[in-house]
Amino acid sequence: MAITLTESAASRVKTFLESRGSGVGLRLSVKTTGCSGMAYVIEYADEIEEDDVIFEDHGVKVFVNPGSLVYLDGTELDYAKEGLNEGFKFNNPNVKDECGCGESFNI
Amino acid sequence: MERSEIRGNHKEITMALLQISEPGQSTVPHEHRLAAGIDLGTTNSLIASVRSGVAGTLPDTGGNHLLPSVVRYTTAGPVVVGQTALDAASTDPLNTIASVKRLMGRGIEDVKSLGAHLPYEFVPGASDMPLLHTCHGDISPVEVSADILRVLKTRAEQTLGGELAGVVITVPAYFDDAQRQATRDAGKLAGLPVLRLLNEPTAAAVAYGLDHGSEGIVAIYDLGGGTFDISILRLNRGVFEVMATAGDTALGGDDIDRVVAQWIMQQAGIGDDAGHGQLRHLMQLARAAKEALTELPATPIDVSIDGVDDWSGTLTRAQFDELIGPLVQKTLSPCRRVLRDAGIRTEDLQAVVMVGGSTRVPLVRSRVAGFFGREPLVDIDPDRVVAVGAAIQADILAGNRPDDDMLLLDVIPLSLGLETMGGLAEKIIPRNTTIPTARAQEFTTFKDGQTAMSLHVVQGERELVSDCRSLAQFELRNIPPMVAGAARIRVSFQVDADGLLNVTAEEQVKGIKSSIEVKPSYGLNDREIETMLKDSMAHAQDDMEQRRLREQQVDAERVLEALEAALAEDGDRLLDAEERKVIAAAAAALQLAGKGSDYQAIRQAIEGVEKASSDYVARRMNDNIRKAMAGHRVDEFESP
Repeated sequence: MAITLTESAASRVKTFLESRGSGVGLRLSVKTTGCSGMAYVIEYADEIEEDDVIFEDHGVKVFVNPGSLVYLDGTELDYAKEGLNEGFKFNNPNVKDECGCGESFNI
Repeated sequence: MERSEIRGNHKEITMALLQISEPGQSTVPHEHRLAAGIDLGTTNSLIASVRSGVAGTLPDTGGNHLLPSVVRYTTAGPVVVGQTALDAASTDPLNTIASVKRLMGRGIEDVKSLGAHLPYEFVPGASDMPLLHTCHGDISPVEVSADILRVLKTRAEQTLGGELAGVVITVPAYFDDAQRQATRDAGKLAGLPVLRLLNEPTAAAVAYGLDHGSEGIVAIYDLGGGTFDISILRLNRGVFEVMATAGDTALGGDDIDRVVAQWIMQQAGIGDDAGHGQLRHLMQLARAAKEALTELPATPIDVSIDGVDDWSGTLTRAQFDELIGPLVQKTLSPCRRVLRDAGIRTEDLQAVVMVGGSTRVPLVRSRVAGFFGREPLVDIDPDRVVAVGAAIQADILAGNRPDDDMLLLDVIPLSLGLETMGGLAEKIIPRNTTIPTARAQEFTTFKDGQTAMSLHVVQGERELVSDCRSLAQFELRNIPPMVAGAARIRVSFQVDADGLLNVTAEEQVKGIKSSIEVKPSYGLNDREIETMLKDSMAHAQDDMEQRRLREQQVDAERVLEALEAALAEDGDRLLDAEERKVIAAAAAALQLAGKGSDYQAIRQAIEGVEKASSDYVARRMNDNIRKAMAGHRVDEFESP
């Protein structure tokens, strides 16, 4: 399995990294908070950590800690627009149910 | 455009779409506080927000970032804001309100002085605030601004996918308390949580990250649609201080369009009797030509307007530059003035920031570069730079940034103080003090048995109250009667982060309190503030002399009053006729001198009264001691 990015997600990440001016890629992880138990964390990665698992898709590097990978493996990161709103979305096959808000989930 | 196609995609449940956070800064779900910065402009308004660490303005569904600051009121239908309202401006001028920012915080008298340029019908409101008469009813400038803000609020909430937790609204640096309060009220009316107001030039400096340096001086050149502002800011330990501002409230891109339109009329042989619609069409052609000449060396112009002979021609960049040269030149004398007022030279500047759509004109850029001797900063879209800076501040204030991002502070533009005896202004908070701030000073009573005190809050740099601006007046009553000078009244001035003032007076013995929130009913314009500042410098010597004179006059009054009271009490008993005559003569001399304008003569006359009455004063003192000791043994008064 792996972590993948849709083309639109990859191009947005590249644009953001460019205007930010620094960073080696994207770091995805999960936090045990939120209304359904787990929450996604999506951050800029400035450095690689020792046990990071590294994925690369459409030219974007994604760093995931093995602890988080258990919950994220197989996820496709998408960039979506809904009305005027736009942002990243996790299409995660491990999820059993998620809070209506899409920010936290349960396995 | 891609944006207009998204409607079909709309889902039943709106899911939060995530943004990228800085490492270690991601928030718990539902706790990311949505923040936005708003540039509420005279001609156009914008809203911006920080998303995935990048600040940018938010477009509407049509992809437009700029919202024309125009509101149209109709009899039954909804309020129309933006381009649609602007399009109706010429057909329905009385119900279509543009440039309402010029009316914010102004009294009906101020508005009358602007009246010649404004086509609206004004009616007096309950307070001093003028109302605009429309078919929708009488509407205040604050309500018109709130209608603009509501549209921006909805746009942001749809874009960011939630309710705004905090916004920062920008105001011109020269806005006074009344204009700031009116802006804040408009935010409140629109249901916006206004975190603070930020000076426009400061916001532009923040957008360029100029606040990250430790210190430095920057110039902000802001040439908008209808106004020109130049500000000199000094950054010192995270504080932007406004050193000087100047400008022209009737100079901007519209004037550039007008000279180009006049040129077209001349070339096409169109007479001055052209109708309103034809002129409007010509202005649109002029504007299009101006915009084309930003990129191209020449542009074709085709006039095909009803009732006018067709004409085709070309306007070159060189011709255009020649046409608008005098207008651009006009912006340079305020530039010269702010440098002089701030006491700096162009070499002292770290950067020159360009703000406002008209700074895209190449001639403006080259003249500004030439004047300041350096290339101005133009990387950020000059229409959006103020909103972007406000968004960065809003993001920090909402708590979405790491702590090391310092909170930006502002300063008060004019000193705040109280009127003291003799019409003198006692400054409590000097100008350029960083806000929020609180200062207190103790005052006392002037007369024996005085039980009330009138407090007059003034703003300005001059020594005499009559030369300052009156902000508010209130009274402290029920002061316990005491001899003059014995009561202790503590007066505190508090200015919050938006520059709004609260004054409290507290009598220290009984703790009686009285306070006032300063919401002055009318405002000053930039020119008046500038004049006030300049006058204070020009009149510094005069003012000092005036102050000395008034101080001596007050002293004279106090001496005469005390003497009169004493004479009434025991003058007959302690003085013979001759002695009394001498004292009366000295008092008469003092009375006369007090009416004159020679402070030294008054001082001498006071000394004269003191000398003439010195024996009398000594006698009174002995008499009082005798009275106090009567019936007591001397040893009772000795220390044990």
